[in-house]
Order: sequence, then C-alpha cells, then structure tokens
Amino acid sequence: MSDEAKGQTLPLVEVTVDGETVRAPEGATLLDACRAKGADTPTLCYLETLTPVNACRVCVVELEGSRTLVPSCSRAAHPGAVVHTDTPRVRHSRKLVLELLASSVDLSLANGDMKRWMDYYEVDAEKFGPSSASTAAGDRDGRRPGHHHAPDGKTAETVAQPVKIHDEMYIRDYSKCILCYKCVEACGEDAQNTFAIAVAGRGFDARISTEFDRRLDDSACVYCGNCIGVCPTGALMFKSEYDRRETGEWNELQQRVTRTVCPYCGVGCNLDLHVQDNEIVKVMSPIDHSVTHGHLCIKGRFGWQFVQNREET
Amino acid sequence: MDLKLLPVEASEVERAAVATIFDHPPDAPGTDRVTREGLQEVRARRHLLLPALHAVQKQVGWVSQGALNEICRRLLVPPAEAYGVATFYALLSTTMRPPRVAHVCDDIACKLQGADELCATLECRFGPPGTPSANGQATWHRSPCLGLCERGPAVLFQLAGDAMDGTVAPAEVADIENVLNGATVPMPPAISTPQTTGTRDPALCLLRRVEACDPASLVAYQAADGYSALRRALEIGPAEVIAEVSESKLQGRGGAAFPTGRKWDAVAKAPATPHYVVCNADESEPGTFKDRVLMEEDPFAIVESMTIAGFAVGAEQGYLYVRGEYPLATARLEHAIRECRSAGLLGPDVMDGGFCFDIDLRRGAGAYICGEETALFSSIEGFRGEPRNKPPFPVEVGLFGQPTVINNVETLANVLDILLEGGPAFAGVGTERSTGSKLLCVSGAVERPGLYEVPFGTTLRTLLDLAGGIRGGKRLKTVLLGGAAGSFVSPTHLDTPLTFEGTQAIGASLGSGVVMAFDEGTDMRGIVLRIAAFFRDESCGQCVPCRVGTVRQEELLQRLARDGARPSAEAQLLDELAQVMRDASICGLGHTAANAVQSAVALGLFEGPTDE
Repeated sequence: MSDEAKGQTLPLVEVTVDGETVRAPEGATLLDACRAKGADTPTLCYLETLTPVNACRVCVVELEGSRTLVPSCSRAAHPGAVVHTDTPRVRHSRKLVLELLASSVDLSLANGDMKRWMDYYEVDAEKFGPSSASTAAGDRDGRRPGHHHAPDGKTAETVAQPVKIHDEMYIRDYSKCILCYKCVEACGEDAQNTFAIAVAGRGFDARISTEFDRRLDDSACVYCGNCIGVCPTGALMFKSEYDRRETGEWNELQQRVTRTVCPYCGVGCNLDLHVQDNEIVKVMSPIDHSVTHGHLCIKGRFGWQFVQNREET
Repeated sequence: MDLKLLPVEASEVERAAVATIFDHPPDAPGTDRVTREGLQEVRARRHLLLPALHAVQKQVGWVSQGALNEICRRLLVPPAEAYGVATFYALLSTTMRPPRVAHVCDDIACKLQGADELCATLECRFGPPGTPSANGQATWHRSPCLGLCERGPAVLFQLAGDAMDGTVAPAEVADIENVLNGATVPMPPAISTPQTTGTRDPALCLLRRVEACDPASLVAYQAADGYSALRRALEIGPAEVIAEVSESKLQGRGGAAFPTGRKWDAVAKAPATPHYVVCNADESEPGTFKDRVLMEEDPFAIVESMTIAGFAVGAEQGYLYVRGEYPLATARLEHAIRECRSAGLLGPDVMDGGFCFDIDLRRGAGAYICGEETALFSSIEGFRGEPRNKPPFPVEVGLFGQPTVINNVETLANVLDILLEGGPAFAGVGTERSTGSKLLCVSGAVERPGLYEVPFGTTLRTLLDLAGGIRGGKRLKTVLLGGAAGSFVSPTHLDTPLTFEGTQAIGASLGSGVVMAFDEGTDMRGIVLRIAAFFRDESCGQCVPCRVGTVRQEELLQRLARDGARPSAEAQLLDELAQVMRDASICGLGHTAANAVQSAVALGLFEGPTDE
C-alpha cells in the first residue's frame, strides 16, 4: 500500500487555525495543525523525536474555551478546536518567554530558528537591566533549594558560569543552557537509556547535572553525543568544535556536509560528516533517518580519526 | 538499562536506614543489571525513593554519595535521577550538615511577630544561616512558612538520629539554643482555635472534636460520632454517597473550589483500574494552618473520610501526603492509621463491610509546589515534584497514571457531616453557591489570631471582630486574602462576604482560607518583597515564565524599593511579567505568582518613604 493510500485510512480531525480549517490526522497536536496551516510556530523544547516536555512555553496558542494559553506541542488537536496563533496575548507570551531566556542565558550560538523568532517578536534582552556577572565554578551546582540571596535589583540574574571541560570529547557550557530537557530525554528514555544526566536543584537554580555534579567521565555517560545532537543553544558541544571556536578556526561557511553510512556495524546509521579544510570537525546524523532518528553511538560519533591519519603518512 | 552506580559504599548506619523501608531482607549483591522482568521491578520500586531519602536524612542528617548509591542499588534508580530528586527538596541535604538543624520561619506571618529580630539575634550568636556550631553538631536556616502562623515566630527542629523532630511556636532564642545544644523539643500546650476555649459555639462542625476529644484515642473518637459516617456510607452504598456529596454542593477547600461530587463521580465511573484516593495534606500556602490543626486535633476524621472516599469511588489504596514540616500531625496520623488497622477500620475487610481500603502516609520534604496536585503525584511516584500539563486531569490520569480522587484535608473532613446530616442539609448552610462552613486562618495584627470556623457568607468585618479586632487599637491597613497566591484587599472591602463568589466579585479569592491582617504601622514593602522571594524559591524551575519570571519580579520590586526612579517603567514590566506568568505557566504556582504583588502595587502599598 502506498503512503498516500495509508494516509486516507487515517481518521482526520478538523480544527480551525487563525480562521482557516485544517485537517490533521487523529492524534496530531495543535502544533502539527498550526504547521500544516503554515503558521511559523516557535518551539524550543520540542523535537519530533522526543516526548514533549512542554517546559519552554514558547509554542503557546490561544485555544477557545481555555482560560490560559495552551502549549501547542503537547495539546492534542480535538475535533472542532479553534486556535489563534497571532493574537496580542499569544505574541506577548512568546515575546516574554524569549526575553526572559535572552536576559538570563547566553543565546549567542542559538540555532537559526531561534534567532529568526527573536527578531520576529522584537526581543529586547536588556529590558530587565544589565546582566549579572558570571558565578564562580561550582556555585550554581551547590545551591540549596528554597534559599537564595536577595537580589539588589541592579542587575538581572543570569546562569553565567565557567565552561565545564573535563575530557577530549565534550564541553558543557551551562551559561548557554535554556533547560529545555532535550539532553536529559536523549540520554534517558527517548534514546540512549543511559540516564547519566538529570535536572537537579529547583527553580532558577535548576540545572542539568550528573549525580553530585561528578565529572562526565566519572558518571554513567557513554559518550554517544546524542545530548549534543539535540542541544539547540550550543551549551553542549563537541570539544573539536569548541577548540576551533576558541582559536577562531571554526567556519561554518567553509564546511561541507557529506552524508555517508557508518562503517562500524551492520545497523546502517547515516552520518552527516561536517568537513572543514579537508578535516572532519563534527559528526551528526539526520533527524529524519529511519534508523537513527538523529542519534548515534560513540563509534559513529567520534571514531573517525583514522580517516584523518591516512593523510599524515 | 545498565545501572552505573557510584564507586562509593554506604556506611552501616546508612545501609540500615535504607533497609528500614523494605519489608523484605536486603537483595543479594551484584544484581545491578536490569533484565526485562527487572524493568517491572524498577517501576514498582521507584515510589520508595522519597521515603528512602527521608530515612537516610533522618538517621544520618544528610544524604551522602554512599547513601545515595545504596538507595539506587536497592531501588534500581539511576544515581543522576535520584540526585535530581534529592536536590529538589529543602529538607533534604546532599552535603554534609550538622545533625541538629533549626529551620526558623521568616515568612510573612512570622515577620509580623518578630521573626526578623529573632533571625538577627541568631545570626549574631551562630553566624549566618548554615554556619555549623563550634562543636559541629548544630546549625540554623531560614524557612518559608511553617504553618504555625497563629503563634509565630515559629521554628522547626530537624534532628538526626533517634531524637524526635518538632516545632516550637512562639519560639525564643533560648528555646532554639537549648534544642540545638541537645535538649529535646519542648511541647508546651497550645491552642490554635480560640472558638474552642470557654463556652463552645454549638454550631461548630469541623472543629467539633478539637480540644474536646483525645486525638490519640480511637475510642474517644468513636464516642464522639466517629465512624458513624462510614457506617451510613456502607448502608446507602457508593452511588448514594456520591449523590449526597453532589447534593451538598461541597467545593474543594484547597483553593480551586472544584465541586467534590463531580470529581468523585468521574473517578467512580472511570473504566481504568485501580482507582486511587489521595489526601492532599501538603498545606504550604503562606498563612495557612487549617489542615495542620485538623490533622493534629482530629486525625481519625481524616482517616474515616478518606475511607469513605475510597468506598465511594472504588479505590482500595489511599495516599495521605503530609507536608514534611508537620511532625506532630504526621505522628498523630500515623498513630490513627495504626489504630484503625488493628480495629479493622482499615485493611482487607473494612468494618466487616466487604470492602478493602488502606492508607499509606507519605511525607513531603520541603517543597511548596508539591501541594499542586500533579506535582504531588510526581513526588509520590519518586520523581521531582514537577507539575504536569492538564488535561489529562487526575480523574482520568492521576497517581501512577490511574484515575484518582485528590482532595484537600478540609474538603474531606466536610464529608463526614454531609453523610450524617445529608447533602441538602449541608447545602442549607452558607450561601447558594458556597455551601457549608469554612475554616479561616486568621493571623497578623488581630487580638486573637487562630483558626476560626464560620458559615460561608460571614463578612470579613465580622470575622476580624470575632478575632478581637485589630491589635492595640490600631487602624487596619490591608488584609491578605487567600495567602501568597491570593491578593491584598483594602479596608473598604470589609463588608465583603467570605464566599467563593463574594471574594471573586472584589477581584480576590478565598484561596486556602488565609485572612492575614496588617495594621498601619507595617512595613508593607518588606512583606511584598518576602512574597516575591517566596515564589522565586518555590518555583519548580520547569517552565520559563515561572522559573525566570519569579526572579525578574523580585529584582524589579527590589529596584522599585531601592531607587524608585522610574516607577512607571518598573510597574509596566511587572504587568508584562504577570501576564506571561498567568497565561503561559504550566501550573497554578506560576499563574498566581504575581497576584499579591500586583494587588499590593495597585493599592499603593509599595509606595512610601524609601528605606534609606
């Protein structure tokens, strides 16, 4: 049976998005319906391959009959739902969510989508005042739930802190973390089932952490790199990329992406090799690939040095 | 999944503490690998995580790497997740901490009763919060509301080892010093209900047994009408019980005022099984102490009403989630549950009525958010107390993903009278839309603070008069209605009837029944700043509007308090924050985190001379 024929057997629900009728398959979300209609709905914590945690709240829409706005990424499209995506209320919440993040997190390496949305919603990251200085290493990791030092109101508190560099594979720059939970999900039930990281602490002091903030190489981490693969802000990064960025040698415009098949086992994972100056600088996997869904293992992700070594001889 | 544990072993004491939560002997070592069957076991044990953390915290005074490792080994929980849970709760410590800790309440009600001065003295004697004493055996911390608002300033003593935890209110420096130096926690008699002293008002229903019936005696409880409601329930059957509750028009007393009958009916009819009954006793709204008084003084009533709920909705297991800061209520409820079990009032054949029901008591560990119903489920299940999106609602997908009735303590306590008098008679008290009587937590600048029971519809003025009026003949400046999540109202609203609809009409809410009075001499800025700090501390951190919004709200208020240079700009930003928190947060905490602040600004309570 062709895909088209299969599609026709699925029951469809009819919803109204910004005055237009949209048909979506049963089980679809309001986000699916909004995107089917062509509404550019921002998302941060949402990813097709992960269970929605609906924590960022940037995808909110106005659903008639609901007192508050609803997160479109996780609300099922029920028949007859009437949704508005561009009302002043929706625009206000999306703008504020982005401003709250921009005022507390370093979004300089955020992906292109996020930058586009920040422009569209005219985000003013400075409106809450100048940013607070970076905290010392370990300060945020040691904070007790339910206690904080009263602010003086002169600066806007941020999550700025030193980068965690403990090994040759990853760096973790939690100054850039928007707490979207994607890395936790990819490490846990949605992909790797390793559970090396989780959210620890509470409130603004919540952070991604191993147990007792132990180093990754001392934790359950298996270095699959799937957390990096899903990170939308560059908080998690391959060391190879980080080092080149530090020395000013990272140049995405000069990079070529070559799709190939991983040579290690018989599963057939697709690899996207990012090559700069004839050197592999990063390995990703296409999110829509039926085998990997964007995820890889340590070998596919990091075991490519031999390709380089050949040239040296 | 392979469980990778920490390379740190637990001490004998820690191991023994963890073992206390199991009914069976310790597992054989070396069974870390989780097989297919093991996965079932993982899910089945996860809910023991918080009890296990509590057990270690109680015995040792903190949760070490070795202890966490032991818990993870026994419960098959990944250490990173267990750490995430442990660091969520204020009463658990994952760093070494002295065994004797005084948690001194500096929240709004205690502030009005000298908490700031008390904390200043402690800071002089012991150093800043968290400083270990010279012998390393004691320390102190500041705490949010401890639910002893009628007689602050309050202190909770968390004592490791065999010593009993306890609270003292009002507390003096000497009390704190004595206990920190090794004395047992004193328990002077204290009465929280002024209406039960002297001639008792015969109209008291919810407070009928308070101070009149030994809370430790099942016989005394039975002699005072106890268990006649359950007997009637058994006679009329589940459907009639629900009909009575529906006819009574009882609405939830936790703050949301949802019709209880509709909740029970939905769960009774839910096809998925098992069903659960959960009693939300995680009372943490600043200024609220009504459920504590009921649990301390009439614990059997909570057990009986939960049993009736279980009978009505077809649940065999109930969970009673008590806030961790209530050691006396916990002890009395645990005692009551044991007594009822041995008397056949809980267990496989309740009252020989052919139905099975039992109650598991769970303790919170210092997290306001766990009073939010879905966060409470997460907490019981052994996850971080993070709220979930609704829908689905608990009546469909609740505790352990099953249809669940979750009711507040006071709500359940009303069920007894409904069954004894009948739903229509209950509905005859109060107003058309707010039926029955209401417990109101009166604190602050009144002559006789305490818990008062009045019929719905009583005006704010009458209630304050009942509490002896404003202390020292001063003038009333404002009243905080509904707690930190509620709002400040002006004295011009004193004739507002205290009903769900009456308070709504003036843009306020009854919330959890907080009525906190402030006289004209109060530093209202300090009060409003404390409320903002409270929400910043208690946000779970899951969603952006609340996690960052509560931080920005506090910063803006500090800025207004310090230089007030551009008050209109700050006020506009506060409004913007309020709107995004109300519209886009996941749960009620975020939705209401700006209520009190906004009402204070609107009433001009934040204006006035600067501190400098």
